[in-house]
Parts: sequence; structure tokens; C-alpha cells
Amino acid sequence: MAVSKVTIPAPTPDSMPTAGLFTRPTWTTGIGSWLTTVDHKRLGLLYIGASLMFLAFASIEAFLIRLQLAAPGNTLLSPDVYNQMFTMHGVTMVFLAIMPLGIGFANYFVPLQIGARDLAFPRLNAFGFWVYFFGAVFLYSSFFLGGAPDAGWFAYAPLTSLSNNPGNGTDFYMIGLLVGGIGTLVTAMNLIVTIVSMRAPGMTMMRVPVFTWMILVTAFLIIFAFPPLTIALLQVIFDRTFGTLFYVPEGGGMPILWQHLFWIFGHPEVYIIVLPAFGVISEVIPTFSRKPLFGYPVVILSGIFIGFMGFAVWSHHMFTTGLGPVVNTAFALTSFVIGIPTGIKIFNWLGTIWGGKVRFATPMLYAIAFLVTFTLGGITGIMLAVPPFDAQAQDSYFVVAHFHFAMGGGALLAFFAGLYYWFPKMTGKLLDERLGKTAFWLNVVGFYLIFVPMHVVGLIGMPRRTQTYAEGIGFELPNLLSTAGTFVMGVGLTLLLINIVHGFLRGKPAGNDPWDARTLEWAVSSPPPHHNFDSQPVVNDRDALWVQKYPESVHGERVPASASEPYDAVGIHMPGQSWYPFFMGLALMVFSYALLYHNFWVVGISVAMIFFFTYAWALEGVGGHHLPAGPRTADQSRKEGHA
Amino acid sequence: MSAATASTAVVPGMESGHYRSSKLPDVKLMMWVFLASDIMFFGTLIGTYLVYKGRSLTGPYPVDVLDVPLTTVSTFVLLMSSFLMVLALHALRQDDIAKFRLWTFGVAFFGAIFLGFQVYEFAHFVDLGLTLQGNLFGTTFYVLTGTHGVHVTIGVIWLLSILVHSYVKPWTSKDDVYLEVAGLYWHFVDIVWIVIFTIIYLVEFV
Repeated sequence: MAVSKVTIPAPTPDSMPTAGLFTRPTWTTGIGSWLTTVDHKRLGLLYIGASLMFLAFASIEAFLIRLQLAAPGNTLLSPDVYNQMFTMHGVTMVFLAIMPLGIGFANYFVPLQIGARDLAFPRLNAFGFWVYFFGAVFLYSSFFLGGAPDAGWFAYAPLTSLSNNPGNGTDFYMIGLLVGGIGTLVTAMNLIVTIVSMRAPGMTMMRVPVFTWMILVTAFLIIFAFPPLTIALLQVIFDRTFGTLFYVPEGGGMPILWQHLFWIFGHPEVYIIVLPAFGVISEVIPTFSRKPLFGYPVVILSGIFIGFMGFAVWSHHMFTTGLGPVVNTAFALTSFVIGIPTGIKIFNWLGTIWGGKVRFATPMLYAIAFLVTFTLGGITGIMLAVPPFDAQAQDSYFVVAHFHFAMGGGALLAFFAGLYYWFPKMTGKLLDERLGKTAFWLNVVGFYLIFVPMHVVGLIGMPRRTQTYAEGIGFELPNLLSTAGTFVMGVGLTLLLINIVHGFLRGKPAGNDPWDARTLEWAVSSPPPHHNFDSQPVVNDRDALWVQKYPESVHGERVPASASEPYDAVGIHMPGQSWYPFFMGLALMVFSYALLYHNFWVVGISVAMIFFFTYAWALEGVGGHHLPAGPRTADQSRKEGHA
Repeated sequence: MSAATASTAVVPGMESGHYRSSKLPDVKLMMWVFLASDIMFFGTLIGTYLVYKGRSLTGPYPVDVLDVPLTTVSTFVLLMSSFLMVLALHALRQDDIAKFRLWTFGVAFFGAIFLGFQVYEFAHFVDLGLTLQGNLFGTTFYVLTGTHGVHVTIGVIWLLSILVHSYVKPWTSKDDVYLEVAGLYWHFVDIVWIVIFTIIYLVEFV
């Protein structure tokens, strides 16, 4: 692959004084430094920390659901509480835990993988996090303010209409997801600009690490998939707040429209969750097989194809709503087609392992578990894509088993691989391998024990979202096994958490590159210095770090090392910290509560606050300072700012 | 190299780092990406309008209230504002600051006229009995055109802010990317109105 001669215009720094209302915060430690940070690594850690917290909440909800279903006729949870539990379990896992976990990894590692200083808009990145966080807190406050949402994570109309569901719960769902979605949208836009515009000299699109590539596809999915959801949420908010007729059958409204809009968002959302997981796997498997990824261009193109096709399969969630044989056939075909690029990727990963020097460290174990589990989830997906089969299995535990194999066994196991893989980079400490492997086996065995029996109990007819079941129709044993599995997985997840805490406190020092890895994030110290790279990196091959370590394996033309000089001459730009992203998130939370309680004076005040902070933000400017480029010791790095 | 004490910011349109792998300024690329997303927002609202078209159970129906000649005038005003937007950007690039301010004010003023028409139209429709809650046409009409109106309002405020800012910190042709980005937004909102005008007003009388 030939690289065109790199000609770089000389950078022209321009002075633009900041005109902040408050003095610009400059804390490097303590809580203030975290509230005002614009650093992608700190925001990545905040995302990962918050999403692990919500993962714990969602796990507790799942545990309660399983306890309730352990025996027939159980009365541990009332039907009302049970509805809240399965709704919040789904909402939390999808919107507050797994998706932000992927975004957290993207925040931390995309700039490092492409040799950039930060995301393109650091303050906007901080805003994205705070909006997500305050939106999540808002949603969870529903438990204390009259009951959580209880209409399922997809909140089908007309279950959400004011007459059917007069409590606050649905409003918390609608407003919380609307506001939280703003954060996801701006972060996705930020990531697109970053990946398109901030790749290091020499890093052509066909040299971008696969994780970053998959994040790019994911970000495009987000910007096209979230608007339909946002508008649908807005329509329900209008229905409930102002009495419009969007989903009111008495006024001619059609509840089926909600299903269409929701799944036009909802199916791409599956890939928004799974594509970053594919990216993680495409980093872990080559590293632990000591081989370049087999068929890199095909993996990338498959990812793009999945992204496109993700928008053409939504009605397979609606086969039983009576759309007619033509529509059902069309969507069945597109759903089969989307299995092809996914299958191609599986074979590419297998081809990478084949003939490699495989090391079975914990990240690799999770990656292999992902391969098996996700493939099984994919196979049941193809089964459900057959409309006659779907008519039989619709709304049964078979569907629950299917999407937990795809999302839990797929995405979550892959993110655990990522967590073990990148933890040494993020903290400078190694996780305990023995504890890691014990937790791995408990998690995998627990997972299969929970979800394999669900296939069986689903096919013999157990419906989803039902608080209990009768004795003597064959549901007891599979349900008991599933509940037993939650105990096994519960121990596994606890061990994982203990391992993380243990690693933070007394993990062995990791060094820069403990896995002998291939991409640029491993070229910097662990944890990376605040300024990322001491000088502008240049990239000579697909596995940018690997060819630095083993120069005999370079393909194609080299980018001269002098390409970085004009940039190093200007120094390393460190954008200033800012209060406004945090305040803006806070103002949006005030707005959410005011809208929920129909207090339109406070709605007005919060909108005025948002306007005020927008101006303050714009006038404040980028700010910050420049550090000299060039090699430095770890001690010097520490003095320059938080590391 | 006195980089450690160097200036506080970088080139216009750039908030982070120095090297760029694309020639497009960050803020401009950001606006394109935002507009791509905004298409889906309007697409969903227009889709909802079309799905519910002709499904109102009670009147007033579109043919009872819509006044095509009146809205044609306001549409023309909005289209002409886009023309002024082009002139404003051209003037700024020529460093003709007086004309840049004049045309920018013109865009905002024409946008405000359009909004005035919309306020009049909404008030008039309510008088004719078309309300947000009354029937599906009212529900979908007000939410779709209202969302567009909010976009125009934000655009007017943005342009007036640029105008005021050009007195606080004099603008030069080096700042053109910030006006261009506002212009992209403005043209987009304009184009969306052409689609909405066609689908709500013109198609009704075909």
C-alpha cells in the first residue's frame, strides 16, 4: 500500500483571548479537577466507572427478577414491582451500562490509537458525559419519586399513554432518555470529527486500528438512529404533557407508529452496542495470537456493511403485528443478509487465531468466549428471522435467551476482554491473572447456566415479562437452573470487581506494553501522560507500534519522521478546563424535573440557564496553554499536569 | 522555542491539537455531521405527518385552513434570506465589514419576518379551530412546523449574536469559517422549509 508524500502546511497559531465569566479552573487533583476536566482519558474513566456502577444496578435488578422466578407462584416481587424491575434492567443495561462502556473505551483509546492529542472538541466531550450522567441520575431518581418506568425497555404505545399509565414512571423514561440521548449524539459527532480529521501523519483510513474503525461506524449509526427515537420520545412527552394525539387511538393516532420509530432506532442500537465490541475483539485476538488481523479490509468493510444493513431490518421485531407477508418476507431476507458480514468477521477472527502463537491470558479467554457465545446468539437470531418460527417464539423466553446471548454474551464478554486488556494501560497496574481466570470461568459457566435453559423454557411456551408461572407445566426446572446460574455469575462479577479494586491498590506495575501489543496506545507510558504523546507520532503501517518494535515488518512507503517537526515546533496544545459542560448538564437536569412536574416557570428558567451557559461557553474560548514537545521523564510529565 | 508560553488557542475552527488529516475545518465538519443527523429529526417528523395525513377524525382539515398565497410570501422571504447569507459570507471574505454586518442583519431580519408570518398563521389557525389537541392534523402540523420555527429562531439569535460580536471583537476574513458554519445551518433550515412547504401546503391542493 503506497502512501502519498506527506506534505503538511505549517501550523499557524493564533491568539484568541478567553473571556470567561469565572476564572478558568486549573485544579490538577481533587474533585474539582474531575468536574471541570476536558481530558479524554479522565472522561473515559468517568464513563467506564459510571457504566460499571449502572452495570451493578442492572445486575441487582436481574438478580431480583431471577429470585422471583425461582419457583412457581412466588410472591417475592409484586407484579407492579416486577414490571419496574424488568423495565429498568433493560433500560439500564442498554442505555446506561453497555453503550456508555463502549463510549468510555472510545473516549479513552480512540485519540491514543490515532496519535491525537484529544477529541476534536474537548469541552463538548465533557458535556456529553455530564448529560449522560445527569440523565441517568434523573432516570434512577424515579425509584424514590413515585415509581420507576414499567412499560418495558421499548415502552410500547399505548402502554405509555396517560390514561393507561398515569404515574410518573413513563415521564422519567421519556424525558430521561431524551436528555441522555443529547449527550450520546454530541459525543458521536465529536468522535466522527476526531477520527476523520485528527489521524496522525501517515495513518490512512486503511491503517486505522479496527477498534477506532468500528467506533467510527458506530458513531454514524448513533447520529442516524438516535433522532427517530428522540422524536418518538418527544411525541409521547407531548401526548402526556400537552394532550396531543400522536399515540391516542381515540383521536386516530396509531400505536404501531411508535413500534416503527422505536425499532428504526432500536435495531441500529444493537449494532451501536455490538460494533465497538467487535472492535475490542479485533484488537485482543491479534495481540494474543501474535499475528496481524486476518483480512483487515474485509473486517472493516463487513463492519460498514453491518452499519448500513442495520437500518434495513427493523421490522423483524414486528413480524407478529400484521404487516403482511410481503413486508415480512422482505425484512426476513434483509435479516438473513446481515448475518453474512457478521459470519465473515467470525471467520476472520478464527483465521487470525489459526497458526498464531496463542497466549491464553484473561482477555483472550473472554475473546474466545465471545466468539462462541456470539455465534450461538447469531444462530438463534437467524432462526427468529424466519417469520413462521418467530410467530411461534415471539414474546417467549427464547427471544430473551437470544438477545442475551448476542448482547450479554456478545457485547459484555467482549467489553470484559477490553477491560482486562486495557486496564494496565489506564492504571499502570496489572490485574491478577489467577483471580481473573477464576472470575472468567464463573462468569461463563454462570452465563450459560442462566441462558441455555431459557431457550428450552421459551420453546415450551413460557412468556416474557410475566411475574410468575403455574406449577406442573415443565417450567420449574429450567427456571431453577437459571436462578442458580445468577448465583454463579454473581460470584464471578464480584470477583471481577474485587480484581479491579485489588489491581488499583496493589497491582504489579504494568510497564508501557505488557502484552507486546500492536497499536499506538501502547507506545506511551501507563497510565498515559496528560499530554498523550511527547511529540507528534508518525505512522508507517497498519500496526503502528508493532512496526516500531519490529521494523523489518513494514509494508509500503515510509512517512519521514521529520513530518512531525512543524507540529512539535508549536508545542503540545493543552485545552483549558471548564465549568460550563458540568453546569450545562445540571441545567438540563433542572429542565427535566421541571418538565416532568409541569412547572413551566422553572422550564423557562432552565432554558434561560442553558442559553446563558451557551454564551459563556462560546465566549470562554478554548483557552489552555502549550507544552514544549520532546522526550521527558515520567517525573516531568507528572509535574506538567495530572497523569 | 518558547512554546511553553505560547498563545492560548489555535487556528479558527480548531479546539484541540494541531495536525489535521483532513482539509475541512473541525467546526465545519461538525456542522455537516450535525446536519446529517438533523435530517433524521425532520425526516421522522415529516414521516409522522405523512403517515397521519388524512387520518384526522374531525376538522378543521388542511384545505379548510391553509392559505397558500400567504405562506408563499413568507417562503419567498426565507429563500431571499439565504441569498443575503451568501452575500454576507462573500463580504466577510472580502474584508468588507460594513457590508458583512448589513447582510448578516438582513438575514436575521428576513428570518424574523418569516417567524412573524408563522406566529400570525398559528394564531389565525387557532381562531379557525385548529389546535394542538383538536385533531391529528393539528397535532402533526404544529409539532412539525413548530420544530422548524424553533430552528429558525435559533438561527436568528445566532446571526444576531454574530452581529453583536463583530462589534465587540472585530471580525476579519480569517473568521469566515464561523460565519460559513452559521450559513450552512441557515441554508439547511431553508431547504427543510421547502420540503415542508411542498408536503404540507402544495401537495394538499394538487
